[in-house]
Amino acid sequence: MIEDGDMQDDSTQAPVESELVASPEPRPAAARSEERPLADLPAGQHGARMGGVFEAVSRGVAFDTEVHATMAGKDCVIEIEQFNLWYGTAQALHSNSMGVPAGQVTALIGPSGCGKSTLLRCVNRMNDLIPTVTTKGDMRLSGDDIYGPGVDVIELRKRIGMVFQKPNPFPMSIYENVVYPLRIDGLRDKRILDEVVEKSLRGAGLWEEVKDRLEDNALRLSGGQQQRLCIGRAIAGEPEVLLLDEPCSALDPIATGRIEDLIQELKGHYTILIVTHNMQQAQRASDYVAFMYLGRMVEYGPTQDLFLNPHLKETEDYVTGRFG
Amino acid sequence: MADTTGTKMKRRLTKRKSSLFARGESMVWLTGAALVVSIAMILGLLGIVLVRGSKTFWPQELKSIQLVDGRSLMGELTRTEEYKPERHVFESLREGDREAARKLVSGNRGRSTRYLWRTGNRSPTRREGFTEVSDFHIKSETFPEWAVTIERSEWGRFYGEPVAFLIGDEKAATDPAAAWALFEKHHDDATELWEEAAQLEEDEVGGLDALFEEQRLRAKSVELEHGKDSPQHANALETFAAFEASQGAERTRLRAVIEKMRAEAGMYSLAMRTSDGVEEQVRLVDITRAYAANRLGFTQKIGIYIARWWEFLTAAPREANLEGGVWPAILGTIVLTMFMTLLVVPFGVLGALYLREYAKQGTLVSLVRIAVNNLAGVPSIVFGIFGLGFFCYAIGGSIDQVFFQESLPNPTFGKGAIIWASLTLALLTLPVVIVATEEALSAVPNSMREGSYACGASKWQTIRRIVLPRAMPGVMTGMILAIARGAGEVAPIMLVGAAKMAPDLPVDAAFPFFHPTRGFMHLGFHIYDVGFQSNNAKAAEPLVFTTTLLLIGIVLLLNLVAILIRARLRRAYLEGG
Ligand SMILES: Nc1ncnc2c1ncn2[C@@H]1O[C@H](COP(=O)(O)OP(=O)(O)OP(=O)(O)O)[C@@H](O)[C@H]1O
Ligand SMILES: [Mg+2]
Repeated sequence: MIEDGDMQDDSTQAPVESELVASPEPRPAAARSEERPLADLPAGQHGARMGGVFEAVSRGVAFDTEVHATMAGKDCVIEIEQFNLWYGTAQALHSNSMGVPAGQVTALIGPSGCGKSTLLRCVNRMNDLIPTVTTKGDMRLSGDDIYGPGVDVIELRKRIGMVFQKPNPFPMSIYENVVYPLRIDGLRDKRILDEVVEKSLRGAGLWEEVKDRLEDNALRLSGGQQQRLCIGRAIAGEPEVLLLDEPCSALDPIATGRIEDLIQELKGHYTILIVTHNMQQAQRASDYVAFMYLGRMVEYGPTQDLFLNPHLKETEDYVTGRFG
Repeated sequence: MADTTGTKMKRRLTKRKSSLFARGESMVWLTGAALVVSIAMILGLLGIVLVRGSKTFWPQELKSIQLVDGRSLMGELTRTEEYKPERHVFESLREGDREAARKLVSGNRGRSTRYLWRTGNRSPTRREGFTEVSDFHIKSETFPEWAVTIERSEWGRFYGEPVAFLIGDEKAATDPAAAWALFEKHHDDATELWEEAAQLEEDEVGGLDALFEEQRLRAKSVELEHGKDSPQHANALETFAAFEASQGAERTRLRAVIEKMRAEAGMYSLAMRTSDGVEEQVRLVDITRAYAANRLGFTQKIGIYIARWWEFLTAAPREANLEGGVWPAILGTIVLTMFMTLLVVPFGVLGALYLREYAKQGTLVSLVRIAVNNLAGVPSIVFGIFGLGFFCYAIGGSIDQVFFQESLPNPTFGKGAIIWASLTLALLTLPVVIVATEEALSAVPNSMREGSYACGASKWQTIRRIVLPRAMPGVMTGMILAIARGAGEVAPIMLVGAAKMAPDLPVDAAFPFFHPTRGFMHLGFHIYDVGFQSNNAKAAEPLVFTTTLLLIGIVLLLNLVAILIRARLRRAYLEGG
């Protein structure tokens, strides 16, 4: 049921990498292309050391995530510990660990197919919808187990808002789209619903544009408006965490700018975990960045540090665009 | 300069033309031709049905024909055809006429024209209502001014000229014009009174009958409960006897009233002379419609045309379905189709939902899917047989055993009934709905489902609020296909409840309004019955076309409603209207 949907787009993008993860012996061509930047640049030019990551990955051995010291002692809303995930027999996440600090924006970056979406979707257990997925490891939301036995997935998802890469408003009115999370809880009180609609749409920066046409079908909005509507829908249920999976990839620069501004406004209220391919966006909009590679967490630290002062050579190559 | 490019162009053009096949142009022709052939066949079919179906009720002029052998006939022309007469045909003519006939035919390249006349005037002794004559039989033709077509409530049409109007045995008028004027004056009153009597009989006497049956059943159930010679049974029999006696008197009184009304209405009659010169009396109460065919203006003809259509659409059939209307069949068809839709759509949608949304996709589900698709290929008569065996006899029979013991051996549920016919048709059309719904469900983008799940919706909430509304237009498509398939089916319903003549409608004003255990009439079955089971095939033929036209019209109408609803749903859920 899920296989033939949007997710397939993601899965077909990086067949080479996923094969690499699965097979113990690397393909020579792929390995060469990964190692070339290492050879080109004299080590330690910017103070970064070789992590041996690519080599470790190609040999299939585990390595520790390079976590910046400044990350210690943070108040984390989401804690991920030694998390593994398999699609069937192919492992897509390898022992990922990270904490997502409260009230801040944390970005996941990495080459296509490295498992960013997969990790993000693990947080609200969207991967449960894929029958072939198996997981191992722990995740906690404000101290509550996400993968523990007897967890009510529906309650969990109500505590987490999610915005997808492609805007996916429901085929109903703008109003009904926003109150959807409340409707499914059986809320009928018109006064409360009206209040929530205004608050959420203001929060999503869409209120002024649509306040006179709330009964219009949401599918008639522009792409950027639709994405902001989806954000409004995601925050209507007052979640603790917002998950954004490349929310701007289908939008033009202006709409992208508005959403980035919006992220800045939302932060503080919400803890935000965002996936992005855009280095500038990660730099502009996030407080912390995690760099992932082939299902592994490579380096994790405050945005400025990671971009200007990466500890690992591989991270530096990626963020400066020499690789990826 | 310009010249050279010109020739170049030309060369290239000719070259391209030479490889017509390579350009794929031939496929355009092939596909286009295929489409044209299909459309031509469909339009041809519809055209025949439309033309022949719509002219049935047009009032025709009456021609009086004198034949060479001295006989004469009068009637409406129903068919004309050319044929090659055999030699021996002329032998049957009189000596003196043979030569003229031979000459006529040989002057016509050996061909002759044959006319089929509807001459009506059927009676217990004269059953053939049609006469066939060839052109060489005809001596002369006239259009008698006072030729009158009478539609009788029994024995079909009567053609003749009015000669007198009778009240009782007394002649109130003795020339055509005056008789006709009196007929027009008295006809409505007489038929009204007659119908009142019939109504009274039906209501009152019918009510008494029902009461009688109720009392009888009460006595019977006491017998079943307490045993045949128990005191309770004796008691019940006594009550029943008392009731019978009291009812007898009431019955006689009512009968007398009804008889009196009948006698009064039946007094008036029209004396008619037929083309053979015989005089016959037709009671006014037996006449449903009469018109002086050769005196009609165009507007009057239209009036009669519309009145006949109206009767056809609203009246019950008479005369082995050859006269009157088809209202019970129209109603039966509509009720059957709607009830079928009501049954098949929820079932089909639920089935498709399970297959597409809940079941784990795998070999088993694929097998089920193939099986469902193949169900659509089972001959419809098999569904009828299954319906008869399973619904009527097994289920209906068990219901009778448990709940309607006292009326056995008369079945209540254990016989053909509209509910069983609907179920049978629902079964027949189930694959269509399942396949269409599945298609629609799989067309709902996964991003919508994920959006809903991410909001914390359960699976059912997602299906109900997001998936189903999106799939609704597709479900409607399935419904349209099911209606189109189900409404025209004849074979299966013949076995599970369609009747040549159903005295009671499946839906009427009597509580509980819908009577699921009744048999019903159906336009499709009506076509079969009138067309092939009738003992008066020539009179039936035009009705076959008219009924077909009606059935097509009804299916079109039902579909149109569904299509409109679908368009609205589409606008709402797919295009953001
Ligand atoms: N439904 C699925 N079934 C099987 N494999 C999958 C599925 N979804 C993703 N994968 C695989 O898991 C790996 C990680 O995919 P994921 O979508 O998380 O990558 P990503 O980092 O989000 O990539 P992108 O930046 O292109 O969106 C890929 O190798 C992909 O092929
Ligand atoms: Mg992704």
